[in-house]
Parts: sequence; structure tokens; C-alpha cells
Amino acid sequence: MNGAIEAPTIEYGLLAPLLLVFGAAVIGVLVEAFAPRYLRKSIHVPLTLLSLAGGFALVLVQALRGSLPTTPAAMGAVAVDGPSLFIWGVILVLSFVCVLLINDEGHFVASAAAVPGSADEEEAETAGGGHTEVYPLVLFAVGGMMLFPAAHDLLTMFVGLEVMSLPLYLLCGLARRRRLLSQEASMKYFLLGAFSSAFFLYGMAMIYGYAGTVSLPGINQALSSGVLLDPLLLIGMALLGVGLLFKIGAAPFQAWKPDVYQGAPTPITALMASGTLVAAVGALLRVFWVGLGNLDWDWRPVMWGVAALTMLVGSILAITQTDIKRMLAYSSIAHAGFLLIGVMATFDSPAGNAGSLSAILFYLVVYGFTTVGAFAVVTIVRDPGGEAWHLSRWAGLGKRSPLLAGTFAFFLLAFAGIPLTSGFFGKYAVFTAALGSGAEVGDSLGGWMVGLVVLGVVASAVAAFFYVRVIVLMFFSDAAADGPSIAVPSTGTVAVISVAMLVTVGVGLFPQPVLDLANQAASGLFIR
Amino acid sequence: MESPVEIVQHTAGGVIGLSWLMIVLPLLGAAILLVLGRKTNRWGHLLGVAMSLASFVVAVLGFFALIGLPDDQRRQAVHLYEFIPGMVDMGLLIDPLSISFALLITGVGSLIHIYSIGYMAHDPDRRRFFAYLNLFVAAMLLLVLSDNYVGLFIGWEGVGLASYLLIGFWQFKPSAAVAAKKAFIVNRVGDFGLLVGMFIIWTSFGTLAFGDLGAKVNGVQDGTTLAIGLLLLLGACGKSAQLPLQSWLLDAMEGPTPVSALIHAATMVTAGVYLVVRSGAFFFPEGSTAALAVAIVGAATLLAGAIIGCAKDDIKKGLAGSTMSQIGYMMLGAGLGPAGYAFAIGHLITHGFFKADMFLGAGSVMHGMNDEVNMRKYGGLRKYMPITFVTFIVGYLAIIGFPLLSGYFTKDGIIETAVHHQPVLGWLAVAGAGITGFYMSRMIFMTFFGEKRWDADAHPHESPAVMTVPLIILSIGSIFLGGYLILSNTLMKFLAPAVGRPTDLPVFHFASVPGLATLALVAVGAGFAWFRYGRAEVPVVAPRGSFVTTFARRDLYGDALNESLFMRPGQWLTRIAVFFDNRGIDGVVNGLAAGIGGTSGRLRRLQTGFARTYALSILIGAALLTGALLLVGNI
Repeated sequence: MNGAIEAPTIEYGLLAPLLLVFGAAVIGVLVEAFAPRYLRKSIHVPLTLLSLAGGFALVLVQALRGSLPTTPAAMGAVAVDGPSLFIWGVILVLSFVCVLLINDEGHFVASAAAVPGSADEEEAETAGGGHTEVYPLVLFAVGGMMLFPAAHDLLTMFVGLEVMSLPLYLLCGLARRRRLLSQEASMKYFLLGAFSSAFFLYGMAMIYGYAGTVSLPGINQALSSGVLLDPLLLIGMALLGVGLLFKIGAAPFQAWKPDVYQGAPTPITALMASGTLVAAVGALLRVFWVGLGNLDWDWRPVMWGVAALTMLVGSILAITQTDIKRMLAYSSIAHAGFLLIGVMATFDSPAGNAGSLSAILFYLVVYGFTTVGAFAVVTIVRDPGGEAWHLSRWAGLGKRSPLLAGTFAFFLLAFAGIPLTSGFFGKYAVFTAALGSGAEVGDSLGGWMVGLVVLGVVASAVAAFFYVRVIVLMFFSDAAADGPSIAVPSTGTVAVISVAMLVTVGVGLFPQPVLDLANQAASGLFIR
Repeated sequence: MESPVEIVQHTAGGVIGLSWLMIVLPLLGAAILLVLGRKTNRWGHLLGVAMSLASFVVAVLGFFALIGLPDDQRRQAVHLYEFIPGMVDMGLLIDPLSISFALLITGVGSLIHIYSIGYMAHDPDRRRFFAYLNLFVAAMLLLVLSDNYVGLFIGWEGVGLASYLLIGFWQFKPSAAVAAKKAFIVNRVGDFGLLVGMFIIWTSFGTLAFGDLGAKVNGVQDGTTLAIGLLLLLGACGKSAQLPLQSWLLDAMEGPTPVSALIHAATMVTAGVYLVVRSGAFFFPEGSTAALAVAIVGAATLLAGAIIGCAKDDIKKGLAGSTMSQIGYMMLGAGLGPAGYAFAIGHLITHGFFKADMFLGAGSVMHGMNDEVNMRKYGGLRKYMPITFVTFIVGYLAIIGFPLLSGYFTKDGIIETAVHHQPVLGWLAVAGAGITGFYMSRMIFMTFFGEKRWDADAHPHESPAVMTVPLIILSIGSIFLGGYLILSNTLMKFLAPAVGRPTDLPVFHFASVPGLATLALVAVGAGFAWFRYGRAEVPVVAPRGSFVTTFARRDLYGDALNESLFMRPGQWLTRIAVFFDNRGIDGVVNGLAAGIGGTSGRLRRLQTGFARTYALSILIGAALLTGALLLVGNI
């Protein structure tokens, strides 16, 4: 040390996908500032789609190059390893698909600042246009989603978390219909998100106090040498967990999810339900497997309770929902619970860990596509006042638009995990991993893991009830005379639904290619 | 006895590696026709035929690729993908047995597709019909080509579905809708047997792949394999309309005639025989109790079917009875171990030809007679439909076992092997052949000879070429195929790698005791038929007949038996079950559901919509988490 600050080394090649997305987001802001209003959308759409596609291509290039680095990039801040690349790829594809939905007319308010129902609003509405800021905001959120699970130290992870969340808070408030609900959702999401971020930060501070570092492997190393029962450590771990579990919507931190999913513009809901969940599960895994891996005997019993509670709360509360988006939100909570089963399924052997990591990655792909598809269907079942959100309005849809209702029914069956859909293999993979881990770590936890899987199956059965109820409603009830009309979907929406359907059916029949990919990504585990 | 050779993993590409195309092509055809719907009405039937023909071409190429390999390489497993990780690898098994079936299914299937262009020409739903036919071909190929029981089962259910859809194709006829439902329900019984059999195989041997079972079972025969064998036999009985699950086949004739020819004569109903032969080495080895059960079921059904065939005035039902009976022969052969397999499969193939020939011939007759099926209203048709007449006569001669025609060789092979191995069953089969001679001759005399007994508005005419050409091709097969397959044991040698073969190859005797007895009985039966229906006048209204006739007309009281033994007690059982269900189980279930619903409703109140409540719940959650961790950490 000679007093001068060392210039950090940045592996630009490794971080290229991330940099591309962030760069495009910055350009998007410049476009907002300098391009004339009528040109903005025609610049934003190709820019956004190209940067996402380009990012995906860069991920592919790195994945195909074979040898991944064994040390983290950017001075130990970002870990570009197999799971990171897999998650990046999934997020980029999912967000690409969501941008196609966002691109559809009529989801976003013309002027968010106008008071709902005021003359200002009417004026903006007639002038048309809508907020084009949506595109750079989405790109920033996607960049955050990529950084969040790849962060190698807690500080970077916090930055990722905020970069991901802040644009989403804004985006939630931009719905064109039901604007008050949308603004309320935005406000709540912001308040509660800030609250949970505070927990995360506080936990981080505690852990720093214990370990003297924020680097994840550094923390783990401190665990193996230090006093394990230090309250500083245990409280820090709990608070860190709160911040992360909030993001995936695990109980008892799930309360925001239905309100926000309901109020947000549906394409944004799709992005949150797929991309955010993927990113948050990735980050959760990294913190608990890499940073707190040596302490798994302490956090696993607690995680057990959270997983069980989440599954039950998600599937039980979904039963009495009457809003289709709220129902899907509770379904998303239940699925977060199933994913937590996978997070708990750690082994003593690296091969076993790779197995359950691959099960989670596989589940994320499967769930991400199905959920985007389901929300895409929601966007085109419309009333005069916007989307037909009330479930009773969906009665008899199968008689009027059998293809659309059939597609939606298939997505629901995939959520329920019926064989020959992708959802079946997702659940199968996670449950098998959990049972295997229970068997390996011995009887003491084995019985608990079996119990959790049984609980998971029971929760699936309860969940199947409300999925099937919607199917029954669509196909076996008489349609209301003034039932919702099916908007003629744009090419983009059709493409989204088709892609989601293709993945749901395809993986249901041929799970092997995706399983192989997940296995390959998981084989090296996380960089430590 | 030589046992089957080991299955080798197919590695190189080539035609065998592409055999999945056989299944995918017709499946694609069905998907296109069903998804695009009415848009394809104009050319849908052509696509259906093209897909079936393309599948046939792949099968033929696969066949030649297979016979290009040495004997010990002729069981090629083509791995496709892992279906259920750690449990089922989806793959195809290309061996002489499966390729024989594939050739029959795609070959005869394509002819019937072509025939249907003409037969269904005036049907507004012709496109849908071809979609179902394509679906059937795909499912049937999956059934025979899969290298494991799971794939076989999926195909098995697929053909059941296609059969259901096609029997009920004219669903506006209540009889067709009922028949479709009956076929489906009766088959459920058999499918259940197959499914439970598969469960036991999985739990006992830990694999469902044909390739691994040989080593796992290792020739051991005990209670488990017997149970599996009987359960698989139950499945086979359902699909192949063998006693006691035979009752659906006669009603299935409500479907369009090409369906009866393809599904309910030539291919699907023989799936049971395939199942027995495919599982033969594991669960039905020569001399085992399970194999004996197969042979007994076969012998009983061949007699029952023949007796039913004697009394039917409906030409298609007569043929259906005969199908039951002929599959009985195949089952009998399949129950005799490797000595009988080649004859059973040979009879299956030749039967596929001559029975399809006759069914399509019957369709051609109906086509010209305003869809009349009652033979008592036919008569003297030979002059009006010469091509149909000649091809039908060929099929007739083949089925009664007229010397040197196809059926003669294959049926005689089964009878002689049976007489050698199970004399009692063998002589029953001889008697069955005599009855076959009677009822088939009766059909010929009533339809093509004698006086005209037509309805006033009937104007019989020969069918168009698109229908007669398939008839001609099928009848050529009905003449020559049997001799080619059996005389120099061609089929037995070809099948040996897949099913094994006896150490001494059998020699075909033209003048054996059972053979001559069969011929004599057939001649007596035919003569008696001529006496009753050729020389004498056939009454247009069926006479009352003796109790034997009534017995046969009522399908041996099969339906009555089912109704009194299963349906009524079943209805009582359901009533009792419903009673207890309402009182007991529903109480628990509804209570549980109401409990969950109530919990849901109460929990819902926690979702107040106020951000402060949510923040509080997060705070409480955080406190709980911290408390729990501190607690766990300090244990």
C-alpha cells in the first residue's frame, strides 16, 4: 500500500452480457432525453429486444466456450459460474418474452402523473403515446436481476437487489386500467420493499461484524474458524434471510405479492413472477449455499418451517380468490414454497448438491415459462373496462374460445404438476432431490425431509383444486351473455403464448434436453 | 430351444436410427388435420394417405436395413430420450417382431387409408376421419415399437382412444355412441390388468425395459411371474376381445367399415397377441401355467367366436365373430411357446390381409347396397360386383384354410403345433375350423349366390377403383403370403432373434392326420352351409331357430352375463358406495374441503390491504426467524 488507490481489474469479457444490458438501459435514458416523442418507441423496442437477445448470445458464447473461470470477476464482486450463466440465460429469454408483451398496446398509462379521472388524464389519453420510459426501466430491472444472483459479496448483491427493485416499483404504478389499484400497489411494493431491504442491510452489517468481510466465501471461512453460536451471526443470518425471502414471496413475507401482482400492469406482473423469482431464488441459493454453507445444520430447520408455511399459505389462500391475477400470485407463492424444498435439499457430497441445484434450475425454467404464458393469456381476455379480472367473467370461455381456454387450462395443469406437462417434471425433480438429500444426511433430518415432501404433495393437491376449478369454470359453466371479449392478440402476444406453450408441452414430453442443460450448469456448483 | 438374442444398442445413424419417423409422421398428420380443422377439408384425406405411406416407406427401409444385419445384431435398441428420470428411458426396439408388425400396420393401414378416400367420399367429416386414422397408426406403431412397457402402454391407450373415437365416429347414431362407450369401458378392465401387471414388474424387477427384463427374470418362474402373466393376459383379453372380455367387439362394428377392417380386424385387436409374444420369454415361457392359460383362453374364444359367427345375419358382425375366432387361434399359438410363435404371428399377418380384404369387400357391398348390412337382404350379388366378389372369395378361401392359400399354412401350423403340445386344445381347434367352414360359406352363399332379396330401392354397382385396387392387392397377399412365410420356415427363422425358436425346425406336412381331419371338417361345414343356404331358399325374415341359434344370436349371452354378473351387482355396489360415500366419506372430504376453505377465508382477513399490517407481518416474521435460529443454534 503506497496510499494510491489501486485501479480495479474488470473482466469485461466475462461481464459482457451484464454490461450490454446496462449499457442499453443507459442509451435508453438518453433516447428519452433527446429523441422526439414520436420516434421514441420505434427506437426503444428494437434497442431493448436487441440488447436482450445480444446478452443471451453472449451468455451462449461463454457457455459454449467451455472453461469457466474458477475465481470471481471484477475483484471478487461478481461470480460468473455455471449457475450464473444458466440463470442469466433464463432471465434474458424470459424478459425478452415479457418485452414482447409490454410492447402490446394498451397496458400502460399515458401519463402517470395525471390524477386518475382528471381532465389531465383524459387529455393525455387522447394524445396517446404512453410512457416510453418503460423500456429503459425494464432493462435496468433486468440488469439488476442478472447482477443479484451473480453477486459474490453481500454489498454487490445489495446493489443488484436495489437496481432490480427500484424500476419495478415504478413500473407497477403504470397500469392504464384500475389506476388507483396500480398506484396503491406501487406504493405498497415500494414501502415494503424498502422495509425488507433495510432488514437485508442490517443483517449484512451484523454478519460483517461477525466475519469482518462481506465476501460470501470469506463469511463461510469465518464460520469454520469462529464461534458458531455468536448471536451476531445468527441474528445477521436471520435478517439477511428476511430480505431474500421477501423477494421470493415466502411466508410470512408474502403479503405484498397478491396486492402488487394484482395492481401492476399484467406484462410487468409476468416479468416479476418469472424474472424476479428466478433472480431471487438464485441469490438465496448463493447466500445460503456459498456464504452460509457451513452453517446448514442451523438454517435448514428454520427453512423447513418457512417452506412448509409458504406452500400451505400459498395453496390454501388461493382457494378463496376471485381475481385471476391474485390467484396466480398465490400460486406463485406456493411455487416459491416448492422451490424452497429444493433450496433445503443440500447434501454432504458435491454430486448430490449439483443434483439438487440442477433440480431447482430446471424448476425455474419450467415455472418461468408457464407463468409468463398464463399472464399473457390474462392480457387478452378483456372487458370493456380492461382485463376481465374477476373469475366469474371467465365462465364459459371454453365454449367461445376453445383454443385460448384450452391453452390456459394446459398452463394451469402444468402449475398443478400433472404428468406430461413440464410442471410435473419440475416438481418431480425437486421432490426427488429432497428425498435423496434426506436419505443421505441420515435419519435425523431424513424423516423431516420426507415429511416436507409429503406436505409438498398435499399442498399440490390443494393447489390442484383451485387450478381445476378455473378449468371447470371455463369449460363446464354457461357463459355470461355479456362475457368478456377476446382481444385480437398482437403477433407479439401470440408469439409469447406459443413459446410458453411450446416449452410447457415440449419439456413435459422431452424433459431431457433441459435437464441436461441444468445438470451441466449445476455440475460445477457455485464458485467459492 | 434357442432363446432370443441380446438387444444391442443402436449406435450408427442410418434408417434404423430414424425409425421414430414412423411414429412421428402419422402423428404429425393427425395434429395438422385436427389443429387446422376445416381449412384442410379439401386435401386432408390426401395428407392422411401420404403420411401413412411415408411411414410405410420408413418401415420397409427399416426392414431391409434389419435383414442386412447378421442374426445376432437384429435387435436394435434406438434410444430416444430419458422420459422419467431414473425409471423410463424412452426408446424404440427394432427387431424382427416389431418390424413385422410395423410393416403390417403401415402396409395394410395405407391400403385402408386409400380405400377410405372412396368409402368416405360423401361424408362431410372425412378429414376428421383421416385425422383419427393417422392417430391410430401412430399409436399402434408406438405400441409395437417401444422398447419398454411404459411406451407400449401409452400406445395401448392411444389405440384405445383412436378406437373409441372411430367406433363413435357417427356419434349421431345412439347405437354408435353406446358401442364406443362399451368398447372403452370393457377395455378399461383389461387396461387395468396391464397396468397392475406393470406395477408388479416394476416393484419386483426394477425395470420396465424389455432389454433388461430377460436378465432380471432369468427364467425363474414363481408366483410373481405367474401373477404378472395372468394380469398381462387380462390386458390382452381386453384389447383382443378374448373371453371373458369379448363383448365389445361385435358392437364395435358400428364404426365405419374401414375402421372395422383396420382396427377391429387387422391390427389393434392383435395387440394382445403381440403383448403375449413380446412378454413370452419373461412371463409366458413354454410349459408355464400362464402360457397354458393363454392357450385355454385362445381355444375357448376360437370356438365361441365361430359359434357366434354362425348365427349373425349382419355381415359385419359375422366377420367380427370370425375375427374373435381367428384371434383365438393366434392366442392358442402364442400359448405354445416359441414353437407356436411363428405360426401365431404368421396367422396374424395373413389374417390381417384376408380379413381386411373381406371387411373392405363387405364395405364395398354395403357401399353398393345403401349401407344395408343384413345378409338376408343380399343375394345374387356376384354378377353385379365382380371384382368385390372375386376378392371376397379369395379371402373366404384363405380363412377356411383352402389348400395352398395363405390361411391354410398359418392356421394348419397352429393346429398341428397345438395337437402336438396340447392335444385337447388342438382338437378343439380342428373342430373350430369345421365351424369356420360353415359360417363363412353361409356368408358367401347368402351374399353372392341365390335369389335377389334386395330392398326395392337397392341398385348394386361395383365400387370405384380407389376401393377395388386395395381389395385386389389384399387378395394377392391372401393367396401367396402364407406359403411364403411358412413353407420353408422363413418367418420362424426371421423371428428367431426376437422370440427364440425350437431346436428342430418344423416341417410342413401336407398330409398329416390333424391337417386332413381339418380339411374334411371344413368340407363338411361348407357342404352343410350349401345345403342350408345355397340350395334352399333364404328367408328374408330370420326364422326363430332352435335354442342353439338363439344362444349364438345373443352372443352366447355374453352381454346378459356381463349385465347380471357385473353391471347389476356393480350398480348395487355403487348405490351402497354412494350411500356410504354421502354419509361417511363425503362428510370427511367435504369437511376437510370446507375446513381448508374456511381456513382460507379466515386467513384471507389477514390480507387487509394496509401496508402497515404487511410491514407488521414482516416484522413478526423476522422476529420468529431470528428466534428460531437462535433456538436451533443453541440446541
